[in-house]
Amino acid sequence: MNPGSPVHAIPDMFQPVSAPAEAIRQLWWLVGGISIGILLVVGGILWWCATHFRARPGEDREPPQVYGSNQIEFAWTIVPVLIVLVLFLATARTIYDVQAMVPPKDALEVTVVGHQWWWEIRYPGLGVVTANELHVPASVPGARRPTFLTLESADVIHSFWVPQLAGKTDVVPARRNRMWVEPTETGTFLGQCAEFCGTQHANMLLRVVVDSPADFAAWVEAQKRPAVADPRVAVGRAVFESTACVSCHTVAGTGADGTFGPDLTHLMSRATIASGAADNAPDRLRAWIVDPHAIKPGALMPAMKLPDDQVDAVTAYLSTLR
Amino acid sequence: MAVLDRSLESSPAESSARVPVGSILHDWVVTADHKKLGLMYIASGLVFFLVAGVMASMMRIQLALPQNDFLGPNTFNRLMTMHGTTMVFFVGMPMFFGFANYVVPLQIGARDLAFPRLNAFGFWMFLFGGVLLYFSALGSEGLYGAGSTPDVGWFAYAPLTSRTFSRGNATDYWILGILLSSVGSTATAINLVTTVATMRCPGMTLGRMPLFVWILWVDAILVLFVLSPLTAAQVMLLFDRFLGAHFFDTQAGGSAVLWQHFFWFFGHPEVYVLILPAFAIASEVIPVFSRKPLFGYPIMVAATICIGMISMSVWVHHMFVVGLEPGANTFFAASTMAIAVPTGIKIFNWLGTMWGGRIRFRVPMLWCTAFLLEFVLAGLTGVILATVPIDWQLSDSYFVVAHFHFVLIGGLLFNIFAAIYYWFPKATGRMLDEGLGRKHFFWFVLGFNLTFLPMHVPGLLGMPRRIYTYMPGRGWDAWNLVVTIGVAVQAIGILYFLWNVISSLRDGEPAGDDPWDGWTLEWATTSPPPEYNFEEIPTVRSRRPLWDLKHPEDPDWRWE
Repeated sequence: MNPGSPVHAIPDMFQPVSAPAEAIRQLWWLVGGISIGILLVVGGILWWCATHFRARPGEDREPPQVYGSNQIEFAWTIVPVLIVLVLFLATARTIYDVQAMVPPKDALEVTVVGHQWWWEIRYPGLGVVTANELHVPASVPGARRPTFLTLESADVIHSFWVPQLAGKTDVVPARRNRMWVEPTETGTFLGQCAEFCGTQHANMLLRVVVDSPADFAAWVEAQKRPAVADPRVAVGRAVFESTACVSCHTVAGTGADGTFGPDLTHLMSRATIASGAADNAPDRLRAWIVDPHAIKPGALMPAMKLPDDQVDAVTAYLSTLR
Repeated sequence: MAVLDRSLESSPAESSARVPVGSILHDWVVTADHKKLGLMYIASGLVFFLVAGVMASMMRIQLALPQNDFLGPNTFNRLMTMHGTTMVFFVGMPMFFGFANYVVPLQIGARDLAFPRLNAFGFWMFLFGGVLLYFSALGSEGLYGAGSTPDVGWFAYAPLTSRTFSRGNATDYWILGILLSSVGSTATAINLVTTVATMRCPGMTLGRMPLFVWILWVDAILVLFVLSPLTAAQVMLLFDRFLGAHFFDTQAGGSAVLWQHFFWFFGHPEVYVLILPAFAIASEVIPVFSRKPLFGYPIMVAATICIGMISMSVWVHHMFVVGLEPGANTFFAASTMAIAVPTGIKIFNWLGTMWGGRIRFRVPMLWCTAFLLEFVLAGLTGVILATVPIDWQLSDSYFVVAHFHFVLIGGLLFNIFAAIYYWFPKATGRMLDEGLGRKHFFWFVLGFNLTFLPMHVPGLLGMPRRIYTYMPGRGWDAWNLVVTIGVAVQAIGILYFLWNVISSLRDGEPAGDDPWDGWTLEWATTSPPPEYNFEEIPTVRSRRPLWDLKHPEDPDWRWE
């Protein structure tokens, strides 16, 4: 984690920090500008009609009956055709700019797997597995390094959307979609699942942490290490390993190797738990273990109904997983 | 045409007071009269509209504040699904069929639709389809649970609808309710297509049909083309759910994208199925209140047919984020933008009709004027969304929600209100109150804009649709609060409307046969028309038979 990196709280597509999002913003000004122009023209004509051609009191003669005019029809057909043509060409160019991008040799490859209702994040070339918070390196002049995402789903359709980095791409089961980002600024950028995926669609939040290349390398090194084994929390670890926790969660270096829930090996390196539904603070973590549904109703993790002392022990154990 | 001067003989309120209620009810249940069925379509559409409106209001209360606790996720998802499904299938569709039923036979000088009993069948299938959908609240988990309405969203994306992710029977009620009502819609569409093709009065060539009839005719043909893929997909989904088929089962080789193709091949033309009646109404109201014939009638017919055809080749614009090839995305961007051209032509022709007229801003015309402006905005946000890369940002965001509510409220509903004010006198013999009508107009239009203009902004700031709650501090809070306040303002408008309808039914000003100085045949018969519509089948020589009658010195047929 870099505590210094700013969190961009508003996922605003007009503040892009990455090439695909920047291309979209440029296109927006063209399309938005033309749209506003059309709105003003049509609105102006309508205003003129409403004020100049309204019936005055006592005026009951019928106005001249005009049936149409082919010249006028031609004019207001051809002008929209030309406008549409311009918009189409600009659109087509940007589609190919973004979609036809070929990954350069040193591009970072990441696999994002959508689950009900969290994100599994794998770095196949680096041997790192994490959840809900995607770390990518910033692309710096001279050493451009875009990140290519392969999107997969474990269950239903989700959609990966971090507006400041790129447009969204659906995460479709039995299909591998690709998208790419190339952020040029460090910081944390927010997004969330954008395709309705069931009960907790609303709390399937995403954080993308853009690190400087050096910070990213350090982060990768830290993530590759197995979990810290702290003898002071041996009781909590024993409880964790002897309950159903291990059938869903992995903690590398222990017997816990479940894959149904997020990997907890470096849980404490993340800023949030429950896919962003709560801050990663000890009291929230404890509340989550006691009853996930109080924080995220419908979440697939059951309340484990552990006695208080065991909850405390497990919370203490998890709190050491840096 | 002798009936033209006959004044209103008895008001409906007086005559019904003498007949026992049971007998009136029996009359309405067994009727095959196109006017009664039309009114029943419209009335049931209004009831569903109020129900779905209440659901929308509840969702807006939940979203007024971040992390609000008014509704939980399950309730919210059910409300969201039922609101969308109801508004599309049980408000938009019956409004189309209701006005088509009531007005088309009158405008073409016919005594009824071609198949009156099929018409009644169609209506009852539609209505019981809706009832079945709502019965899910009681029945979907059998009798042991409290039941649950469907909660998979109105477009029910696979595989969220599979047995694995949607247990219980809520999704089955969604399928069957819509399936039943689609049977009714298909029947009524066949009926309308046949009626317009074969039952026009002497002299009414295709080139003399009122544009209202033309548009609804194209619309009915469109329904026949596009409902079948939905029905097919729903049957396939039933096979998946009950017979172990794997059409959409991604865990066994099925395809989630296949459902989307089927659904949107129906779903996008469906938007035009809903909006074409709005165009039809505007094409009727704007000329009458501008006191000029519709500008560019042949072009309007051509534009309508174009829209109908192009609407069937744009469906993938709902799927730009699915991850299709750039070639596919480019093609569907082109087709989607192309449809803006005939739509723009329509807007310009309506403006051309107003230009140089003597416009009387009575309530129906107020709605149509507001429609023109709101619909241009809806069309422009549509073009913005057709720009594929921008859609990658805005698809499934609140910007889309704002866009299609501009289409369906600013476009469709405004014209439905125009039509209700316009034809209410014909159907009941009484005028709706002008003053209450203006209050209804003012509050509703204000509330609508207060709701849906600001709603674009959270979409631009990254707020996805269909979320039951959101985090504070994303820049969405204030916008959402304003949106919710707008809903309350709209509700004031709706209350004025209901008050207006109820009080005018009881003691509205008698309308006479032709209160708007209209030009089409429905104004040539009494208000309300007798069961047989016309004592004598009229003969027409132009698109505006009543203009010819009122202006023998300058009839239309000399110029057309």
